Formats: sequence, structure tokens, C-alpha cells
Amino acid sequence: MSRRPAAVPAGQDLSLLPAAGFSAHGLWYWAGLAFMLMEGSAFALACAAYVYLMNSADQWPLEGRAPALSWGTAQTVLLLGSLVPTWFLARAALRRDLKATQGWGVLVAALNALALVIRAVEFLHLNTRWDSDAYGSITWTLILLHTVHLITDFVDTFFLTVFLFTHPVPTERFSDVQDDALYWAYVVFTWLPLYLLIYWAPRWAP
Amino acid sequence: MSAADASALPTALPAEEDVRLTRTWATPPGFWGWLTTVDQKQIARRYVVTGLVFFALAGLLAAAMRAQLSRPDNHLLSPDRYNQIFTMHGSTMMFLFAVPIMEGMGLYLVPLMIGARTMAFPRLNAMSYWMYLAGGIFLWTAFILNVGPDIGWFGYVPLSGPEYGIGKRADVWAQMITFTEVAAMAAAASTATSIFKMRAPGMTLARMPIFVWAMLTTAFMIMLAMPAVMLASSFLISDRLIGTHFYNYAEGGSVLLFQHLFWFFGHPEVYIIFIPGLGMVSEITQTFCRRPVFGYPAVVLSMLATGFLAFGLWVHHMFATGLPHMGDSFYTAASMTIAIPSGVQIFCWLATMWDGKPRLAPPMLWVIGFVITFVLGGLSGVMLASVPLDTQVHDTYFVVAHFHYVLIGGAVFPLLGGIYYWFPKATGRMLNEAAGKWSFWLVFLGFHTAFFPMHILGLWGMPRRVWTYPADMGWGALNLTSTIGAYILAAGVLVYVLNLIVSYRRGAPAGPNPWGASGLEWAAASPPPSYNFGLTPVVESRHPLWTGGGRLPTLTGLSLDHREVLLTTVTDARPDLRHGSPSPSIWPLLTAVAVSALFIGSIFDEWWIVWLSIPFALAVLGWFWPRKSHGKKVGAPDETPPGALA
Repeated sequence: MSRRPAAVPAGQDLSLLPAAGFSAHGLWYWAGLAFMLMEGSAFALACAAYVYLMNSADQWPLEGRAPALSWGTAQTVLLLGSLVPTWFLARAALRRDLKATQGWGVLVAALNALALVIRAVEFLHLNTRWDSDAYGSITWTLILLHTVHLITDFVDTFFLTVFLFTHPVPTERFSDVQDDALYWAYVVFTWLPLYLLIYWAPRWAP
Repeated sequence: MSAADASALPTALPAEEDVRLTRTWATPPGFWGWLTTVDQKQIARRYVVTGLVFFALAGLLAAAMRAQLSRPDNHLLSPDRYNQIFTMHGSTMMFLFAVPIMEGMGLYLVPLMIGARTMAFPRLNAMSYWMYLAGGIFLWTAFILNVGPDIGWFGYVPLSGPEYGIGKRADVWAQMITFTEVAAMAAAASTATSIFKMRAPGMTLARMPIFVWAMLTTAFMIMLAMPAVMLASSFLISDRLIGTHFYNYAEGGSVLLFQHLFWFFGHPEVYIIFIPGLGMVSEITQTFCRRPVFGYPAVVLSMLATGFLAFGLWVHHMFATGLPHMGDSFYTAASMTIAIPSGVQIFCWLATMWDGKPRLAPPMLWVIGFVITFVLGGLSGVMLASVPLDTQVHDTYFVVAHFHYVLIGGAVFPLLGGIYYWFPKATGRMLNEAAGKWSFWLVFLGFHTAFFPMHILGLWGMPRRVWTYPADMGWGALNLTSTIGAYILAAGVLVYVLNLIVSYRRGAPAGPNPWGASGLEWAAASPPPSYNFGLTPVVESRHPLWTGGGRLPTLTGLSLDHREVLLTTVTDARPDLRHGSPSPSIWPLLTAVAVSALFIGSIFDEWWIVWLSIPFALAVLGWFWPRKSHGKKVGAPDETPPGALA
């Protein structure tokens, strides 16, 4: 039997509690974490599959050239750079500062869109097709998985930003903006191991 | 229950307020309400009933297999039909019965046990159910049309790949996986969030009911393990449809990659199925022994340890593929290690029974049946962890016996006990005790008659999945015994189901707490109203109805006119926020229909993924379209919210 004293004041009136909160206080933050956990598991297993196939092969890529480094590197620089305005966006939303949230929101949405444009060019410079061989299949898998996340976050950021200009913005929406910023950071950080595998592993592998 | 009984509940509201709250949380009447409901209990009931229907269907397939194997050189079924039947039996039991029904039990019980009005994401629950139902209908329609998968429940390549898996049978199997995994992961996210954020004030982590701990562990396992099988089946579909080479050895792929990905999911899957059962066993044991479970911290930590270790054993399913000796040793050790937390829990339950005053009502009989059967299954599991023995009996009936002991003993027995135990809560009526005891003894004795001989058949070398066998192998007598046992087991299940149906209509009224149990779910009416609890219960111990001298403290203040839930802090469960909860909605169903069309279309032509993603995107947009904020609805002051810097 637990001997801890109850942490609840007797007779507390729940109607005096706030009706919205940020990060771990709300529910959507936890939904975001749950989806990051599931998607993180999928990313990790896809990376493991890549390494498994690479270690089973005599050479890597199985034939042809490694993906062109420049576009992947440009993407990585852009994604890492986008973390700065994303951080300011999250801070502005937390302060419920509408003007600043709108400004940083537009900038982050524009950077998300630019990342998608660069991604389209990356696909053209992978130097392999999904149906060429197992190397091509797993390389396309990694980059496609990440692209789905780029698209998801772009759609989320775009609609939230439009909403900031067209509707009165309650605390719940500011909290959504902050959760969206966290998700973007997740999308950026998951790219780093994928970048190493897609662009550098074929150069480092024997 | 009568109105007088309901008003005597510690969480009951005054009549006028009860009317307002009932109106707020009501599901619209009629067919539209049926399609749009987000009531966690209605969705959970559908999950459980649908799970039982699939259990019965898969059981009929088992009966057909046992008829075919009852004597040598039998030609009752064709080999092709037999292949489809054993694949459908395994796939239905694992993906359409065991995991979903445990999720359904969790969806029903978790909010009641933690004192919440509903789950964290009611619409996600609704979509989860529709996806599950669509996946089940898809698989069974294919089977009826003779396109049922015939590749075994784990669909190994190259048999399921483009070279050998001709037609659409393997695609149906692979895509059914996607349906059910999406459903399971959605329900897991909702369950975990509810447990973290919606516990009654005062229900610290250390005061959580053990079943809730079990569902939390299971939710995490689902979120971590299920992406593996989705990856495995997606690779398979793309190898078959768009010419990728993940499993094509000639182009640098690997058939063993499929096995690794599948079993990285497949082994935790076993624990995903029976850890909720362990939670049910704990709840039933303490109620019918009239004392708290012995060693609560040990039971909870063992459950967490089981969940953790489950991810380190998958390779023991692959001993026969030829592994480095170091790998053999590691996975043997890991497989034996997991017996330790399971053993700790068994001893805790035995100690509870030893020190308590056990009453052998049907739920307790199922618990005792579980202990006996699960220990036997665990022992054959430890045997299989040894590489020389595993190599000898791999893919024989010894393995079939082992996993039925673990899965039926470890999950189905507790589930049947659990349904018996919580049936009065869900329906307001008691089950018939005599019929309950008959069903237990028939299932228990039938089970051991059916499956124990399979150990011997396996040691004699009878391979699993054979369609028939020649008379001179000498396997006929034991197979006939096994078939007789299977039919006795089926008779027990029939008695159980009839008891459910008859008692649902004519059972004695149950009242809120017919077993004199200790958890919060028994402080709600039977059946619980749509809002679960009128007043918010406050928890001061692990057994709120057994302590405090029968007094359950409550709090007021949640909105009566808007759907509102209380959020509490993660560890200490202090009141933190009021949060809006969604109304009934058609969007979860429309989203599930759009996703289902996309999944089914994608096994015929990859372009369907592109075209059908448009209705999917529109459905999601409709679902998440911002609505009036909850704060505005309830007229809350726009004060500084928790977590803000300003």
C-alpha cells in the first residue's frame, strides 16, 4: 500500500483550472511524441536494413556511383539552419506574441518549402533507381521515408501559418505552433543519420 | 441498475446536473450515431465483439484442420485449401483476434480504472476500429473468393515473393498487416497518452492499477515493434509490385532480412498479446483472494522487464538459419533470461493466493488454469531457447504445442477470465456461474487433450503445416486424441459464448461492484454512463474502494455543458488543465475509408497510392480543421497557461 500523502487539495474547484496549456501540459504534445516514437522506430529499422544489406554486399553501391554529394549537403545545411528560426518561432508562440509568431511562421514555412524543392533535385541525383538493385531499393526507401515527413510538416506548418493570419488565435493554436516546431526539429535530426547513410556510406564502404 | 442504486454511487451528480451531463456526452441516436460515435466504451465493445467473431472464425478453421489431421491419408481438404486455412487461422488469431481484443479491453477499462471521462483521442480510437474492421473484412473476403493467403502467418520470402507467390494471395496478407498495425498503433498512442495525462487526481504512478501498467507497457511495445512488420510487409509488397529487390538475392537483397524484420516484431508480439493478460490476472487474483497483490513493485517491474527483454530475443526464431556461435549464445541467454521476470510474477500471484482467501469463482478458475498452462508453456519455451534442441524440433509440432500453451494459456485464459470478471460492469448483468464453470473445465481439459500430444508428435518428427501423413508414421492415435480435445475445447467456447448471449438478456442485475473489488472502475455505474464519472474521483491509495472506510473523495468543477476532461501531471497526477474532448464525428470513418481504398488499390497499381492520397488528405483536413477553442466554449479566462513564459 502506498504511504505517499495525497497531492490533491481537498475540495479543489476544477473549474478554476486553465483551459489550455503548452507542451507536456496539453494532449497533442503527447500525441506528437507517440508518433515520433513510432516513426523513430521505423527510421531506425530502415537504417538497420540499409546497414544489413550493405554488410552483406561485396561492394557498395552494388554498381554505379554514389549519390551526388552537393545537393544532399545543401539540404543538410538548410535543415540545420532552419532550426534557428524554428527556435524563435517556438519562443514567440510560447509568449503568445502573435506578430512575432506570424513572422517566424512565414519564414519557417518558406524554408520547409525550399527543403522540398531541394529534395526533388536530390531525387534526380541519387544515381540509382529503386528497381536497379537492393542498394537502389533501400536508398530510395530512406529518402522517401524522410520526404513523407518533410511533406507532412510542410502541410502542417503551412495551414497553421495561414490560420495565424485569418482567424483569432487562441492559446490552443499557439500551443499547436509550438508542437509543430518540435516536430520540425525531429524531422531535421532524423535526417542526420540518413544523410550519413545515403551520401557518405557509399563513399566510405569498401 | 435502478436509479436509486446509481444515485448512491460516490461519484453520482445531483439529478438535474446528471441530465445536463448526459445530454452533453450523448451519442446521437440511430444509424448516424452508430457511424459517428466517439464513446470509448462503444468503440471498445465493438473491438471486443469483433475480436470474438474473428476468434470464432479462426476456431472454425482450426476445427477443419483438426478434422483433416484426425486420421492418416485423409483427403477431406485439398492441399491448397489446407495451406490457405492454416495461414488464415494464424493470421486471424494473431492480427485480428489477439492484439485487437486486448486493445479493446484496454480501451474499455483504462479510462474507467484511471477515473477519466473518456480517452485522450476519442476520434483516433474510432478510426482505429474502422481500420481494424476494414482489414479483417478485406482478408476474409479474399479468402472467400479463393484469394486467401497461403504462405503461413509469417509469410516468409521467397515463398511469398514475386518468384513463387503468384497471384494476389501474398499481397492480401501483406496489406492486411498494414491495416491492423495502423489500427493498433493508433489505439496504443491514445492509450499511452490517456494513462500519462488523464489519471484521477492523486493516482500517482505508484498507485496505478496493475492492468493499467500492463496496457502502458503494451502500448510502448506496439509503438516500437509494429513499425518493423510494416516495413517487412511494405518491402514485400514493393518487391512484388514495383520491382524493388529487398529480398532478391540475385540483386543484392536478402531473404533473411525479412526474417529479421518480421521477428523483431513477431517476438514482442507474443508479449503484446499476453502482457494485458498478466494485468487481468493480477486484478482478478487480488479481488478473489481479498487482498492486494503480493509484491506490487515486483510485479510491475517484472512486466516492464519483460517488455524490455522481449526486444532482445527475436533471433531465437532463426536458429535454424545458421548463425555465428556468438549469436547463438547471446540469444539463448536472452531467451532464458526472460523466464526470470515471468517467474517472479508467477510467485507473486501464488503468494497472493497463499496469503489470501481464494474464492473459486469462474474468473479465478481461469487464473488457476492460466498459471498451470503458462508455466508448462514457459518450460517448453526454455527448452526451445537451447540451440541443439531447437534445431532438432524446429518447424515441428513441438513448436505448435509450445506457442499454443503460451498464447492460449497466457492470453486467452486470462482474457476469458477477464471478460467474465468485467462483464457485469459493461452490461449491468451477472453471468451464470454454473455455465461459467462448465465452460472453464471444458476449455481447460479440451485444451490439454488437444495440445499436449503435439509435444510428443513434434519429438517424433511430425512437421507443422503438413496437409496429411502416411499411416505407417504411427502418428494417427495421437492426432485423433488431439482432434477430440480440440472439439471438447470448442464445446467449452460455445458454452462460454452462449452464457454471454443469454446473460446479456437475462442475467441477474449486477450493481456497481458485484465482486467487492477495489478499483475505480467499480465506483462507476454498471453499465457506466457515457461520461463514466459524474464527479471526479480522488485517489488516496492503490485500492481506493478498499481504503478510506468506504469513502471516495471527489472533486467538482468540470463543465456539465461541454465535453471536458481533466488533465493531470504525469507522475503525481495533480490537477493541471481542463481540456476539450471531441464530439461525435464522421471524419474518422471517412478517413478510414480513404486509407482502406488506398491500401487495397495499392496492391493492384502503385498509382492508386498517388490518386487516393487526395481523398485521404481531404479527410484528414476535415478532421483537423480548427474549431472554436475549448477555452472560449467554456468561457475560461485567457490567463497565463501552464508552460508559458509570459
